[in-house]
Parts: sequence; structure tokens; C-alpha cells
Amino acid sequence: MSVREAILAEAQKRIMLIDGAYGTAIQNYKLQEADYRGDLDLSADQKGNNDMLSLTRPDVVEAITYAYLEAGSDIVETNTFSSTSISQADYNAEHLVRELNIASVKIARRACDKAEAQDGRPRYVAGAVGPTNKTLSLSPDVEDPGFREVDFDTMKSVYRAQCDALVEAGTDLILIETIFDTLNAKAAAMAAQEAAEAAGRDVPLMISMTITDMAGRNLSGHTVEAFWHAIRHVKPLTIGLNCSFGADLLRPHLKALSPIADTLIMAYPNAGLPNDLGEYDEMPEDTAAQVAAWLDDGLVNIVGGCCGSTPDHIAALAKSVAGKPPRTIPQMETQTRLAGLEPFTMAA
Amino acid sequence: MTINSTAQFVNIGERTNVTGSARFKKLIMNDDYEAAIEVARQQVENGAQIIDINMDEGLLDAEAAMTRFLKLIAAEPDIARVPVMIDSSKWSVIEAGLKCVSGKPVVNSISMKEGEEEFLEHARLCMAYGAAVVVMAFDETGQADTKQRKVEICERAYTLLTGIGFPPEDIIFDPNVFAVATGIDEHNNYGVDFIEAVREIKKRCPHVHFSGGLSNLSFSFRGNEPVRRAMHSIFLYHAIPAGLDMAIVNAGQLDIYDEIDPALREACEDVILNRHPGATEKLIELAESFRGKSKADEKAAAEWRGWDVVKRLEHALVKGIDAHIVADTEEARLLKDRPIEVIEGPLMDGMNVVGDLFGSGKMFLPQVVKSARVMKKAVAHLLPYIEDEKDENAKGKGRIIMATVKGDVHDIGKNIVGVVLQCNGYEVIDMGVMVPWQDILTRAQEEQADIIGLSGLITPSLDEMVTVAEEMQRADMDMPLLIGGATTSKVHTALRIAPAYKGPVIHVLDASRAVGVASTLVSGTLKDDYVAKIADEYEEVRIKRANKGQSKLISIEDARTNAFEADMSLKAPAPKQPGLHVYDDWDLADLREYIDWTPFFRSWELAGNFPAILEDGVVGESATSLYNDAQAMLDKIIGEKWLTAKGVAALWPCQRAGDDVLIDTGGGEVRMPFLRQQIAKREGRANMCLADFIDGADDWIGGFAVTTGHGIEEHLARFKADHDDYSDILLKALADRLAEAFAERMHQHVRTELWDYAAGEQLTNEALIKEKYRGIRPAPGYPACPDHSQKPLLFDMLDATANTGITLTESFAMVPTAAVSGFYFGHPQSEYFGVARVGEDQLTEYADRRGVDMDTARRWLRPNLDG
Repeated sequence: MSVREAILAEAQKRIMLIDGAYGTAIQNYKLQEADYRGDLDLSADQKGNNDMLSLTRPDVVEAITYAYLEAGSDIVETNTFSSTSISQADYNAEHLVRELNIASVKIARRACDKAEAQDGRPRYVAGAVGPTNKTLSLSPDVEDPGFREVDFDTMKSVYRAQCDALVEAGTDLILIETIFDTLNAKAAAMAAQEAAEAAGRDVPLMISMTITDMAGRNLSGHTVEAFWHAIRHVKPLTIGLNCSFGADLLRPHLKALSPIADTLIMAYPNAGLPNDLGEYDEMPEDTAAQVAAWLDDGLVNIVGGCCGSTPDHIAALAKSVAGKPPRTIPQMETQTRLAGLEPFTMAA
Repeated sequence: MTINSTAQFVNIGERTNVTGSARFKKLIMNDDYEAAIEVARQQVENGAQIIDINMDEGLLDAEAAMTRFLKLIAAEPDIARVPVMIDSSKWSVIEAGLKCVSGKPVVNSISMKEGEEEFLEHARLCMAYGAAVVVMAFDETGQADTKQRKVEICERAYTLLTGIGFPPEDIIFDPNVFAVATGIDEHNNYGVDFIEAVREIKKRCPHVHFSGGLSNLSFSFRGNEPVRRAMHSIFLYHAIPAGLDMAIVNAGQLDIYDEIDPALREACEDVILNRHPGATEKLIELAESFRGKSKADEKAAAEWRGWDVVKRLEHALVKGIDAHIVADTEEARLLKDRPIEVIEGPLMDGMNVVGDLFGSGKMFLPQVVKSARVMKKAVAHLLPYIEDEKDENAKGKGRIIMATVKGDVHDIGKNIVGVVLQCNGYEVIDMGVMVPWQDILTRAQEEQADIIGLSGLITPSLDEMVTVAEEMQRADMDMPLLIGGATTSKVHTALRIAPAYKGPVIHVLDASRAVGVASTLVSGTLKDDYVAKIADEYEEVRIKRANKGQSKLISIEDARTNAFEADMSLKAPAPKQPGLHVYDDWDLADLREYIDWTPFFRSWELAGNFPAILEDGVVGESATSLYNDAQAMLDKIIGEKWLTAKGVAALWPCQRAGDDVLIDTGGGEVRMPFLRQQIAKREGRANMCLADFIDGADDWIGGFAVTTGHGIEEHLARFKADHDDYSDILLKALADRLAEAFAERMHQHVRTELWDYAAGEQLTNEALIKEKYRGIRPAPGYPACPDHSQKPLLFDMLDATANTGITLTESFAMVPTAAVSGFYFGHPQSEYFGVARVGEDQLTEYADRRGVDMDTARRWLRPNLDG
């Protein structure tokens, strides 16, 4: 059975789990710049370049990954949220994109193999693709709304380089996450599809949008439904939401998405909203209880955590989803589904 | 807002096109993008649902212009909310556009002009970027002109595209609209070729859409706008029923079909439909007399026109005459200091007279709705002046949000309640049909509404209303929630909806009570007592329900033991014409004879049986006037073919297996489970199930779906634009009646022709209405088979969507709403019954038989379950 078929079947039998945040866990190690840098010859200060740890402190990354697997995760993300030439340019490390992605997939796979050896349950590696800090839909210049810092082809080639390395290293899945700009996501998805096609294998896509305002839109202005219409053509294995707010505030948006998405839904919220100190202090049980409210309505197939979550959060989630029925994928009417910032549907 | 499956015809904005708009071209050439964006904004404001953008101009760097314009409108949320259509004859321009569009756009266009290879390469790229596509009927040898060539090319393109996995619903064919009346005989049939090609391609290529550029058609009449507009309107009038579902058109520049001068209309129709050889010459001759001509002068004023303006306004309101209302309102406005005084003064005085007459039973709903139409037009005229004054006092007695809930499309009742409330001084914000709860809550909070009113007709809407109540609770709201609609009830409201929400929840039985309830709820003094009283009443309902020795349910096994035993020696013979029969266009004049009028009057809250109601001492006058209006509209519906009746009926071999019927549709066996009564019966009474009427050995069953709703949207839109609720409701009610009549007529056709077990049947319409015939036609969602979710199964067997154009919403409501579907049972002992409550045992089993989980089955059957 292919990875696509296996997850599609499993996530309709039980609610599967993805992992939680890496940044929070890395902070606990209190690493110094020297840890980040290792013996690499890099010109810029590397402190805070978490992705670099895959090359310089693989032990730390693997330990965190394994902690999530022990907590119950079926899918773990690679430590590659910022492993693109755009994001690594901030650390003058763009020449290491390929190495970073390959090393990260290997670490995640090693941890998965170890966990599988323990209990025989299959684990999957999802190559994490972040949004970068550039946007294709918005102008950074208030004087000139037609200006863009970057164009589609450039963005696509940046994503392509990352996806090529992830695929080369054998990632099971590619997860395009924290999507605040729908056009960035379209470029990333196109790059991922081309990378998989070039390698001659099916690498299912997981797509996860982030909502940036209470009206339920992302930064480029798309509603959840419009976003789905805009990205549905890549036939993702999962569609869903991450980051944004806590689980309680995501619920109405999942409710909107659930009946129209003819694929799995994955959602991994933050551990609440940051407190006055910018820290996430929501207790694992609280997050789990809020996620449980989704389960009553059968809104999700895969859950996990984003900012502020820890292996304890995932363990609490694992407990609260155990035995709960996952969402059933709805049968969809054939309709023409177009979108601007809002969805537009025509009977077909 | 989402345009749902009711979106029948899509207007594509055409002004942002340098080849079609001289003004837009000038702005772009002069680099005035700011003004060019305003053109796009206007298009959307004027109702364009998609905007077409074209920068193909020789002196322009089209790629750069396309890119820049698309990036600029991305920053304008009120423009970017609609999808764009990237229009260019150059692929490089299209691809440059695709790289800037973040939603899901439409590419206009690709074709086989340069061969299959390039065509498919472009199609693959459209798929990769995520775009729907317009395909021109163009191949290696040129543009398709005849029907045959259009069909041939489109079908070939369809096969190629679906062959590479292109979603068929993302294909929009443009079979080329060419100029007619050019003086060249070969061109005379171009209009017919287009329309007939669309009809044929639609049959051969499931799920596709059709678009066309209208301006070519009337090219010969450049400079003569009245004639061009008439030609465009008439062309759409004929092409839309054939399947044209989008067009690049300036919606503001179309005429209303039946307001076109009859002589001009006929001449244009002759040309477009190529009805006789001299048609072109005749139109050219006539065209000159229309150049620059405006609408015909209004008719001479009647006697009351001589009265002073206040009296004229009152008269117009009470009599429901809208012919002069705008002029009179304007006259009144000039006499007053502030425009609001016209509303507060003469208009409200007039409406108060109407309200008093209605309240005292001297005036009836149809007249009130007519009066409301006049009021609406007057207010619409004053509104711009009032807004200029920034008067915040317009909230009236209270602000009420009304909506038909998600999944449901029925709105006659809701519209009537809305009109009655408006007549009584409430501000009604009507959110339309299929409204998701999020939108209702958001709008209610934004508008600081005083009350929310929900409506729905089909049983799944009851659940959706519970959801709205739950979400209002979750949002910690406290505004009153009113519940109305045919399947709603005080009991359901008390048991299910009220407990979900801490604020007041009140079931409103009919339109005449809406005002009383609303006025109490907005009153500072009466509200609390009333709410407490209703809460007590509902609590009582709940207690009664809990204590009530509900009629006992027996186990499903016992119920089966007590099944109805039909005498199978009497069963109907094999049909004369088995299989599927499709009727594209049933004669509406024939259906008219089969209308059952009594429910028509009931929908207007006029009680009594037809025809006695016309003579009734109390409502007779009102009923007669309504009946006359209905007959006049029916004349138009039939004479001008406003509606198209499409239907499908089928007869299949089948056999009974327990409570299921196994149906052999020719394309495989379908298991159709039915529900059985479980209420404990008196001695000698059976626990019925529809399967009881089918033989276990071999037998026949039928299915049907009919609609008379195609074409209605265009007219409803016209009435809406005209603030004419009366005609809007009247047309919907008549379309519903015609659909029921069609179901009756089709059943007769089945009994006497297709199945032919009752060849000699001679029944009057009265006898038909009383169901004095043999056999039944139960409909999913109604008492004998209460599960609405059987409809998709039935529709699949009938291929009903393809054959009749009826689609189902997520709650299984049929669109168009004027539609009926059901099964045919031919056994002479078959009869209608109600399944009523069923037990958990049958539910569990039924879920299994339907192959769904328990939650789904429970949701479907909730109205038939305990608790």
C-alpha cells in the first residue's frame, strides 16, 4: 500500500497525530551560538537558526523528534521550516539548503525507524515547507500596491530546491504549512509536484493554512473555503489549518471546511494565545479539552500542536482522541469551484 | 458570499477589456491604472460575478499590463473577492496572469487551433496552476461555424481534456457567437447554430459550461443601441434554456424580454432564430425607427391622478398600484423639508391603513404584498436622499435578520413574512437562501439586530436550525430567535431548538402572527413577560412529552410479523414501455389543466377549497383577485415560455428482499431500503412498509423527477430589481403548482401509457386531486418514506441531474425548488401512510442497510426518532 493509501485508510479509522512545536523544545536546551555553528565555516551569527541544528546538533533534533513519537505522533515533521534559500539568506547559509533538508529527513526517519521497531506501528516523515518571509500577494511598499518583492518563478524555484532535497532524501510526505499567502502556497505546491514527478514517485502533499484575523482569512485575504478552491487542484492528502489561534477559535473554520473538503482534514493549533510575556502557557489538558470539542462534531482526521505545544501536549491529545471517531470524507457533488478572495461555486 | 448551486446564469464583467471598451483602453494606454481599477470595482458593484481582463492591444506590452493590473486589484478586497478571467489570445500573457492570481481563476481561452499537442500542453499548465478554462470551438482548419462543426470540435476537445484528467466541470466551451443579419445568406443560421450546438454539446459532454461573447451577434447594427440590446436579450432568452450559463456581457445594458417592443421583438426573433428568408431585410427596415428612441409614453392618467399627492400615495398603497409611485414620491419629497418625512408621513399613513385593513381581516395577504411592492419602490426612491442626510434613525421599530438556513432553498414563506414585517415598519435584512450560520451570526451582530428569523421547508433544515441556536449560544448572544417554515413546529422548537439556546426562541406559526410576536419582543415593557410565558409553555410541552405515554413502539421483528400482505395475484403487469423516458420540454399549457389550486391559496394564507373559495363571503374577493393575477401570469408563463418543464420517468424490474427493494436499472442492481411503521397497531391493522407492495419474486417499480423551475431565475431577478415582491412570490408559488401538476400529469402518463396498467382510466382533475387512481407516487422526505437522503439514490438511477437539470443541496433539497421526485408503486392495494416514529433497532439496521454510520443515519431520520 502506498503512503497515500495507508494514511487515507488509517485516518478514517482513527484520529492520527502529528507532532508539536520544535522551537519551544529547542529553547529548553539553552544552546549557545557555538552549538548552532558547530564546525561549519559560516560568516553570520547562527544563533536562532534552528534548522542548522540538523547539521550541527543532530542529537538534539533527534531527541525532540523521538519524544514526539513516544508521546504518540504518527507523523513527524522535518526540522526544515526555514530550510529555503530565502530564509537561510538571513544567516548567510543559503548554500546549505540541500544539506539541511537531506540531513533533516534522515534524522526524522531514524527516529521513526526506532519508534516503529518498538511497537510496529508505521510512522511517517513529513518534509516541512514554511512560507518564508516573502509574499507574492502583498506589496511591502504602501506607496505602490502593485510592487512585489519577489515573483512567482523565483518563489517556485526556491521551493523547488527545497523539495528536490526533501524528495531525494526520501521524505514520505511534503507539508506546506503556516500558509499566510495563498499564492506562495500555489507556487510551493507546484514546485513539490514537479519535484516528485522528476523523482518518479508519488509524494502526497499536506496543505495547512493559517488564519490571521478573526474573520477567518489569511493574510492574502482568502477565506478558508476560497483557499480550498484555490489549492484543491493539487489533490492534497490533507487540507487544514495550523498556528493561528488556539483550538477553540479554529473550530468554526474547521466546521466550514469539513463539508466541502473531499480529502482528510488536519489541524494543529497553537497552545492557546501567547500571554503578556509572549509565552504560551496553555496546559496540555486545556489544549486537549478544546480539541476534544472538534471531535464531537467529527471535524478532523489528524491533529497535533503548533507554537507552544510540547510532547506533553501531544500525549494529552493522544489520550483525548483515543477511541474517538475521525471525520468521514464527504461525497462531493460535481461543481465548478472558482475563487477570488471568496469562493464561487456553480452547479455543473 | 457564496453563489451556490442556484447560480443559474453568471454575468462576466466585460469592461476591463481593452478590445471591448474604448474607455478602459484609453486609461491603460495613458497609464492611468488608478482609474482603470475603478472600472473593475464598478463591474463588481454592478453584479459581475467574474471579471474578464484583457490587455491584447498591439501597442501595449500585454504581459506587463496584465501582471500589473492583476497585482493592483489583488490589493482591493472588494474587487479581488470575485474570481478573474484571464483573457488573451497569447498564451504567454495568460501564463503571466496565472502567476499573479491567488484564487482559482478562469483562463480565456485555449483551442486546438495550433493542434492537439499545444492544446494539451496549455491544458496541463492550467491544471498545474489550478484554473478553469474556456475552450474556443476552433481547430486546425479554423473556427467552427455550423452546429455540426461546433459539436464535433467541442466533443473532440472534451475527450482529449478528460483523457488527461482535466476536470470536466472546469471546462467552459465558447462555441463562437457570430454576426447575423449581415446580408450574407450563409450567416443567417449562425444564431440557431450556436443555440442548437450548445444544446447538443451539453448532452454529450457532462458537467461542462458554456459562455459566449454577445457583442458579435449584433455587429451589423453598430450605432443602433436599442436594436443591439434587444438582440442580445432575445438571444440570451433562447440560449440560456439550451444551456448557455455564462456570458461576457454588460448586464446593465440588457432589456427585459417582455418589455421589448413587440414588433421589434418579433423581428429580432425572426433573425436570430432564422425563421424566414426575409427576416434580415425586415429588421433592417424596422431598426431605423428605433434608433435613439426611448420607451413609449406612459398611458393617460386615470381619474385619481387628479387628487393631491398625499391622497394619491395612500390610494396607490392601498390599491397596490405602482405605475406612478416614483413620480408621486418625488413630488412629495419636494414638498417636505426632509425626505424621511415622506416615509414617516404619507407613506406610513398609507401603510397604516393597509395594516389596519389587514389586521381587521378586510384585506388579505396577496393585497398586502402588492401594497408592499409599492412601498418598497417609494422607499427605494427616497433612500439615496436619506443616506445623503446621514440619518441614523432608519431602524424603524426594530431590525430583523431573516434567512433560509444552509442546505435549504425554499423561501416563499420567508419572503411573505419579510414583506408583512416591512409593511409594519420593521427593517428587514433578508439574507436569502442557503445561508450558513456563521454569516447569520456575523450579520446579526454587525447590524445589531433585534431579532433573528430562520426559515426552512425540508426536514434536514430542522437540524440546521438547532445548529444556529447552538452557535448563538456558543457566541453568547441573547437576541430572540424566531423559527418558521412548513416543517417547523412548536413541539420541535420546544424540544430541540429552545434547549440549545438561552435567549428567547419562539416558533411563529404563520405570517399573520409575525408582527405580533416581533412587536412584543422589541417592546421594553412586554418582552420579559412574554418571553417567560413562552418559556413556560415550551417547558410544559417538554414535560408533557416526557410524561406522555407515547404510543408504544414494537420491535422491528414484531412489526415485520405484522406486515401488510398484499395479494400478489393483483399486481400490475409488466410495463408496456420499461426503461428511462426523458421529457425535455413538456407543454406547459397541458400542465395548466392539472393544477391543484387549493394549496395555492393556502400558501397565501387564504383558507378554503377551490373553487368555492372564489365565492367565499370573507376571502372571496381577495381570492378572486389573486386568482385573476395568477391566471394572467400563467398566460405569460406559457405564452412567453418563462419556464421549461423537464422530467424523467423510469420503470425498472425489481424484487422485494425484506424491507428493501432490489432494483435492476440495467446498469446494475440498486438496493433501496424502506422504513417500516413500528407504532403498536390495533388488531387487524398492519405495520406498513412500502416494500410490502412489491412482490418477492419479480415485480416492477418506477421513479420520477420533474421540474418546472428552469428559467425562473431570470424573471425573479427582474422582479427583485423592480422591488416587486408580489410578482416574485406569485411566480414562485405558480412554479411550485406547475411542478405538482407535472408530477400528477406524469403519473397519469405512466399509468396509461408507459406502464399502462390503467389504460382505460378516465378521471377528472378533481378525481386526480383526490387520488382516486390506482397506485401511488410517494416522495422521499414525505411520510411513507421520510428519509430525504434516498433522493441521491433515486437521482442516480434516473440520472436526474443530467436529464432534468435538478440538483440536490447538501440537505437534499431540490434546485430548482419547483420540483417533485418520487417512486411509483403500481399495486392496487398500495396506499399512502406515515412511517412515524421508528425504534433504535430499526435505526441500527437501517444504517447498515444504507451502508452509513449510525450518526449519519440518526441525522437523516431525526424527525422520526424519539428523544
